[in-house]
Amino acid sequence: MKEDSSKNGRRKFLKNLGVTVGAAGVVSSFSLLGAAKAAAKEPAEMVNLLTQDGQLVQVDKNQLRPTVTAPLNELQKRGREGIPGKSFVMVIDLSKCRNARKCMAACQNHHQLRPDQHHINVLQMQDAEYTAPYFMPKPCQHCDNPPCTKVCPVDATFKRQDGIVLIDNERCIGCRFCIAACPYSARIFQWTEPKDAEKYKDLTYNIEANVPQKKGTVSKCLFSADRLRVNKLPSCVSSCPNGVYYFGDRNEDAVTNGTTHETVRFSKLIEENAGYTLMPELGTKPRVYYLPPKNRAFKFNGDLLNEENLH
Amino acid sequence: MNDLPKQEETTLSFEKIKKDILHPLQNHKGLELWIVFLVTVIAVCGWAYIVQLRDGLGVTGMRDYVSWGLYIANFVFFVAVSLVGMLISSILGLLRIDWITPISRISEMIAVAFVAVSGLVIIMDMGRPDRVANVIIHGRFQSPILWDITVVTTYLMISLLLLILPMIPDLAICKNELKKASPIMKKIYNVLSLGYINTPSQHKHLHRMIKTLMVLIVPVGLAIHTVTSWLFAATLRNGWDTTIFGPYFVAGAFVAGAAALVMAMYFFRINYKLQDYITDVQFDYMGKLMVAVCLVYLYFNLNEFLVPGYKMKTGDDVHLKELFTGHWAVLFWCSQLLGNVIPIILLLMKKFRKPLPLMLISIFVLASAWIKRYVIVIPTLLHPHLPIQNVPENFVHYFPTGIEIAVTVLSFALALLIITVLAKIFPVVPICEIAEQRGIEVKIED
Ligand code: SF4
Ligand code: SF4
Repeated sequence: MKEDSSKNGRRKFLKNLGVTVGAAGVVSSFSLLGAAKAAAKEPAEMVNLLTQDGQLVQVDKNQLRPTVTAPLNELQKRGREGIPGKSFVMVIDLSKCRNARKCMAACQNHHQLRPDQHHINVLQMQDAEYTAPYFMPKPCQHCDNPPCTKVCPVDATFKRQDGIVLIDNERCIGCRFCIAACPYSARIFQWTEPKDAEKYKDLTYNIEANVPQKKGTVSKCLFSADRLRVNKLPSCVSSCPNGVYYFGDRNEDAVTNGTTHETVRFSKLIEENAGYTLMPELGTKPRVYYLPPKNRAFKFNGDLLNEENLH
Repeated sequence: MNDLPKQEETTLSFEKIKKDILHPLQNHKGLELWIVFLVTVIAVCGWAYIVQLRDGLGVTGMRDYVSWGLYIANFVFFVAVSLVGMLISSILGLLRIDWITPISRISEMIAVAFVAVSGLVIIMDMGRPDRVANVIIHGRFQSPILWDITVVTTYLMISLLLLILPMIPDLAICKNELKKASPIMKKIYNVLSLGYINTPSQHKHLHRMIKTLMVLIVPVGLAIHTVTSWLFAATLRNGWDTTIFGPYFVAGAFVAGAAALVMAMYFFRINYKLQDYITDVQFDYMGKLMVAVCLVYLYFNLNEFLVPGYKMKTGDDVHLKELFTGHWAVLFWCSQLLGNVIPIILLLMKKFRKPLPLMLISIFVLASAWIKRYVIVIPTLLHPHLPIQNVPENFVHYFPTGIEIAVTVLSFALALLIITVLAKIFPVVPICEIAEQRGIEVKIED
């Protein structure tokens, strides 16, 4: 391996992904917009913000300006192309998941979802009658042989060069064939007017975040493609308090833990922990890898009495 | 195969045939009332669809897991029934089986109506019907939906031609005989009859064209229902992920189509007083045909359920247990017994192949065929590979809402309306073919 360059690359990756996470998690462009509007009425109100280097600062609300968003065409075009040279992967360490569900909340916040709509869902699993139950966060697997994109009649859901499977809510006709085709139940549908539709109706649609959500179309996990573009980790990854998630680039063979910000070799992590993918027999080739739920330092506190929860 | 009672040939003249068949078109008051009734139903239920357009598919019982529901079951059912056109007028027609002559037009009318409405049903199921043009603008030919749209439209076109072309001689008669027809209708008869006066060369050309279409519609008909089955078989879900779905659906479609045809035959026989044309012979043969297609369907059902039921593979096991003994058992066994096993046994006896008993049995067969589509679509979606968790209670069950039921009634009313209107303006039994078949000379004035 080209030691030097890969080391450099990894270090850069760490710096870019790991450190910038916090600030962006707190401030998003539209909350700024809202804040700026509100400020016109009540002057001199201070807000707390986290800077890029991790310092907490106070800023006058009047000073806040919404970040400039690219026009729709530009967003749509770059959204379809993806980020050149990248091959994103996620590793989920089941031995650490305690069902904190911070990932679910952060995700719903980021993508303007209701509490019952899941891009990522923490499931209680038990593989067979006498095996140990465990918690399993389940995002879209961003399959390399995606059954969902194959069946789409209008190319509204597609796979980009960096491996991410996205949905264009401006094109989707709402046939829901992709929901039927996804074996991981990763997709949801906007059956009614999406949450806070009125509030976000003027926002430019961003294909890399599926926001604002559109009624009558499909939505699902997008690995926070909008955040990846600005070198941030996905919302779920950075919000986990328990170090469950690693996220990174398979080309660089590096993944970063969202809690500890530690960057490790992807291949080594998988090899040493017997990493696996879900339902490999289906041939979907997932990009989400799981580390088995062994040596857990806590008790499973789920409720598996209900026969329906078992599988 | 021709064992039509011989004495009828002598009692019927061409004039009498014309009169018998054309009379009800203009003198059936009940039919107009029926049309008014259907239009009212359509208007009322159309409102339900408008509510759905306004508020989104959330007004249905569908949610993230059961993301296809009643509408898709209806779609499959409509496509299935429409296959009767191909079965009767093409397959049996090409085999030169002559007892189908009086009922071939009815079967084409059913085919046209049901396939046309099936296209609408799909649009009614869409989350964004306003974007339906995207299918053309951004259409991707790798998607089975595109194949389905292609074959459904092709089948509709060929079925329409197969309805109209063989009717050309009759339309020429309508033009001359139906004096009371409105000017628009006269115009339609005039245009559609294309100046046909039954010269030998016209006769030859027409029959050559019809023959070509009859051959063409066989692959298209097979394709339409096979592709519809692929909407399910192309997924990785337990219960759908099987290789025999194509022929299984086609066989089921013949059962449903035959039952629908028997009901329509009975209706027209009584209401249009066509006892001399749609005779006991036709019912008897339809009964036998039903036994044959039911047996084929039963064979596919055995393969579809017995083989996985024997293995009880993980994933399949939950699904099959729910069907065999669980939540879905009543519907499942109803569809199998009432729609398949019992009709086979009953129809082996001649007395059940008389018009009335056969019609009653057909009602059960058709209802079971519909239930079967429902049982194919919904339970599978309730048994995904990964457990359904952290969602509200109504995501875990599915029951159609009032809106969904109203939209379903709307689609059935539309199909019935199309059939009724067709039967109101066109002769439901082919006049000239009947005459030719019974050796009576056909005279068409210019
Ligand atoms: S997990 Fe489902 S939605 Fe995601 S890429 Fe795979 S098939 Fe598509
Ligand atoms: S629901 Fe939308 S994204 Fe899914 S297959 Fe249909 S058009 Fe494509």
